[in-house]
Amino acid sequence: MNANVKKVDYAVRGPIVQRAVQIEKELKEGVKKPFEEVIKANIGDAHAMGQRPITFFRQVMALCTYPELLDDNKFPEDAKNRARRILQSCGGNSIGAYTTSQGIDCVRHDVANYIQRRDGGIPSDPDNIYLTTGASDGIVTILKLLTAGEGRTRTGVMISIPQYPLYSASIAELGAVQVSYYLNEEKCWSLDISELQRALQAAREHCNPRVLCIINPGNPTGQVQSRQCIEDVIRFAAKENLFLMADEVYQDNVYAEGCKFHSFKKVLFEMGPEYSSKVELASFHSTSKCYMGECGFRGGYMEVINMDADVKAQLTKLVSVRLCPPAPGQALMDLVVNSPQPGEPSYQTFMKERTAVLSALAEKAKLTEEILNTVPGISCNPVQGAMYSFPRITLPERAINEAKAKGQAPDMFYCMKLLEETGICLVPGSGFGQREGTYHFRMTILPPTDKLKIMLNKLKEFHQKFTQQYS
Amino acid sequence: MYRLQSLAARSLIAGALDQCSPLTLTSLTGVRHKSQGPSVEKYGQMRFITAEAKVAAERLNGKIREKTLTMETLNPQVKAVEYAVRGPIVIKAGEIERYLEEGGTKPFSEVIKANIGDAHAMGQQPITFLRQVVALCTFPELMDSPSFPEDVKWRARRILQGCGGHSLGSYSASPGVECIRKDIASYIEQRDEGVPADWENIYLTTGASDGIMTILRLLVSGKDSSRTGVMIPIPQYPLYSAAISEMDAVQVNYYLDEDNCWALDINELHRAYQAAKQRCQPRVICIINPGNPTGQVQSKKCIEEVLHFAYEENLFVMSDEVYQDNVYAPDCQFHSFKKVLYEMGPEYFNSVELASFHSTSKGYTGECGFRGGYMEVINMDPEVKAQLVKLLSVRLCPPLAGQAAMDVIVNPPQPDELSFKQFHQEKSSVLGALAEKAKLTEQILNAVPGIKCNPVQGAMYAFPQIFIPPKAVEEAKALGMQPDMLYCLRLLEETGICVVPGSGFGQKDGTYHFRMTILPSTEKLKVLLGKVRDFHISFLKEYSALE
Repeated sequence: MNANVKKVDYAVRGPIVQRAVQIEKELKEGVKKPFEEVIKANIGDAHAMGQRPITFFRQVMALCTYPELLDDNKFPEDAKNRARRILQSCGGNSIGAYTTSQGIDCVRHDVANYIQRRDGGIPSDPDNIYLTTGASDGIVTILKLLTAGEGRTRTGVMISIPQYPLYSASIAELGAVQVSYYLNEEKCWSLDISELQRALQAAREHCNPRVLCIINPGNPTGQVQSRQCIEDVIRFAAKENLFLMADEVYQDNVYAEGCKFHSFKKVLFEMGPEYSSKVELASFHSTSKCYMGECGFRGGYMEVINMDADVKAQLTKLVSVRLCPPAPGQALMDLVVNSPQPGEPSYQTFMKERTAVLSALAEKAKLTEEILNTVPGISCNPVQGAMYSFPRITLPERAINEAKAKGQAPDMFYCMKLLEETGICLVPGSGFGQREGTYHFRMTILPPTDKLKIMLNKLKEFHQKFTQQYS
Repeated sequence: MYRLQSLAARSLIAGALDQCSPLTLTSLTGVRHKSQGPSVEKYGQMRFITAEAKVAAERLNGKIREKTLTMETLNPQVKAVEYAVRGPIVIKAGEIERYLEEGGTKPFSEVIKANIGDAHAMGQQPITFLRQVVALCTFPELMDSPSFPEDVKWRARRILQGCGGHSLGSYSASPGVECIRKDIASYIEQRDEGVPADWENIYLTTGASDGIMTILRLLVSGKDSSRTGVMIPIPQYPLYSAAISEMDAVQVNYYLDEDNCWALDINELHRAYQAAKQRCQPRVICIINPGNPTGQVQSKKCIEEVLHFAYEENLFVMSDEVYQDNVYAPDCQFHSFKKVLYEMGPEYFNSVELASFHSTSKGYTGECGFRGGYMEVINMDPEVKAQLVKLLSVRLCPPLAGQAAMDVIVNPPQPDELSFKQFHQEKSSVLGALAEKAKLTEQILNAVPGIKCNPVQGAMYAFPQIFIPPKAVEEAKALGMQPDMLYCLRLLEETGICVVPGSGFGQKDGTYHFRMTILPSTEKLKVLLGKVRDFHISFLKEYSALE
């Protein structure tokens, strides 16, 4: 079989999760365990952990799916208007029609308007917007375009360590070269230009680094990059001729005081034409995160800036082979970028729901950081944004040795034990990358507050017990 | 007079080409034209209000700043990809549509997009039951509504129970929601009259295209003469050739027999295989049944021969069965590859590696936009299967709405259920209309001198052979385009009808075809076919009359 496929790893749904699913089945079959349920804190799936969908969004989606409901007076007028508008833009007025490969026209226009509003008026061209099947789809597509060359000229892709393993998996499958740059754990996972430089120079010995990927807010780290940092990265990309990929799916998930989301696009344009006319940038967004948590709809978009016109035609051609992204996901994206406005009937409820979700997340981010930091041997950077904490765990020498004897990464060993003893499923840091000799795990902050507290306390107990056991 | 007409026609083409955006021009003709690129005068008049303009000017002054991603540095495999169904002619049709919208005049008032198998876009109605179930899954508050029948609610509840947090917004397991996989397995067992289906061999996919590409990705390996060869029918649905290009596998063509209603000829399979062995390692054979673009429904015997061939030559079989519900000819029947394999006995059934694909986009539901589909994979090496699951996990899961739609298709209303009557009525109506249009299309096209159309036994397309006079062939070649592309372009310009040239699907050298869908409403279809007839006759006249 394809050798590249064998090299692919995706820890978020890897071996530990498979074991968790097995345990769930065993519990169902009545097997006794030291716990009653498996808590899946491995994946950024909000609804699975009890978060509610935004009512307005689901209303519009239902109307689009079954337009007979437009006659039902239980649906507010603003929902109906949006549904009608979306349907009018669909072939045969049906979301069952294929859309154009780039995505429904009116949705792309709405996305462009959203971006323009978000970025303080900096224009966005709908023609630069491509709707995608989740952000993952767009990311893989762009990486595909960029992967070329052979041997020493093979495309190098710069990606943060730790990273969301979609990147490493795609790089492996495409046969590109992964060029890791380390985020600075001591400085709240911030990005260091000198580290970017180091990684780039080293990489140039054996490949042709052409892309720089950033996830902001970060996954798994949750750091929200400062504006200065983003400027420095852009300057670096401009100087070194790198295509910038900005994964911004958590743009609404910013919790920490003093932190703010700055889109790469906005910063780029505020740096003036010297940069804004040169730097090739693709920015990604999704319906899966933020306050929507609509993972299952596979909605997303990318905005491509300064792409060569002929290459853009190739991009359009490439996406046409898969026909189009799911129309329901496109409709959902439209609502995200075109949500109820003040004065509209659904506005109050919408804002209430949105605020509830985001403030719960902010609360849980703080809670998680606090509790984990009370555990000797666990050190957790502030969860500034996104949906995860990525604490560093100190593992006793004996545990590390036992893991290695088993051929297991020490943090995998730790996480497996945690799963078997408490039912809590997390993802070992080795799945995301980390500095040699350090160990971490990623857990989501998504379970409801009560469950989260229980989970964190169980974790605390487990860690203390584990440390004792292996000392 | 004909000469004048032809000169007029040529300038029409030239005019049409001029109106093309530079990119369309390149893709239509495969040649970069001088008219592309900025001209000095044009930019001299521009004011530098945008950064882009400034850069363009700099380029003119010789200060070229090379982009990182250019045609030179682009992945060469991406460059090789072509997908005619949404290719240059469709781009051109889109341009004409916009032109008409802006008030431009053409010899017609609308563009008829008969290029793509998109039923709803051409006016086909969704199946009520399916939309009710999905709407309920989307907005479960509707469970309290009296306007939804109980059988709809029951199915919606069941699907939601299989979802994380009982929400369609959760990721599902990467192979799909478990109860839906089980429903699909039951459906397959029923369809195949008891041949066992294991739900763990079922993978939900983002449309069938997704599953097909995933399997191909697993299979493509080796280098040079050991590089994976993928056997595909000619003519084929160009997803296959596009995927092969993208993955840098080797395309191994086997020709369907046009004179025999596009049947598969086992001798031709052998020939293609032997010839290919020189330059690659053929490891896969792809079949589309019912066929796209050809519409042929393979006989059981034929399917057996293919399976036997695959068994002998150790080929992985990919059977694209998305049109399994679209069978019109009374003497034809859909036989699933899985069922035929089973009936060939355990030696075959337990060894031949087979992946079968289905979709929500075709059949009688036409739900293209939901991107629903599944594949059933049998006899796959368990370690490879684990790799498959791993690969799928990177993209998390297929869209839940599509999975729900698929569930309704494999678990439709039963005769004793409330929704059955209406469901059955709607389904029969859609399939009856398609059967009627299939026949109509074949009949009308066959009445045109210079057009020969095989019976449309199934699927959604006609793929008639068209006679193109030598002078037209020459003109096309002079323009650097395929003769059937020239034909289709002229057809589009003169009638607004958009069909896809046969060269986009593959055909025997020296033959020309086009693929049109049978999806427009019967009235519109009749009008369309009449216009095609008139156009063809005048095209023949025009090019035959030249000296």
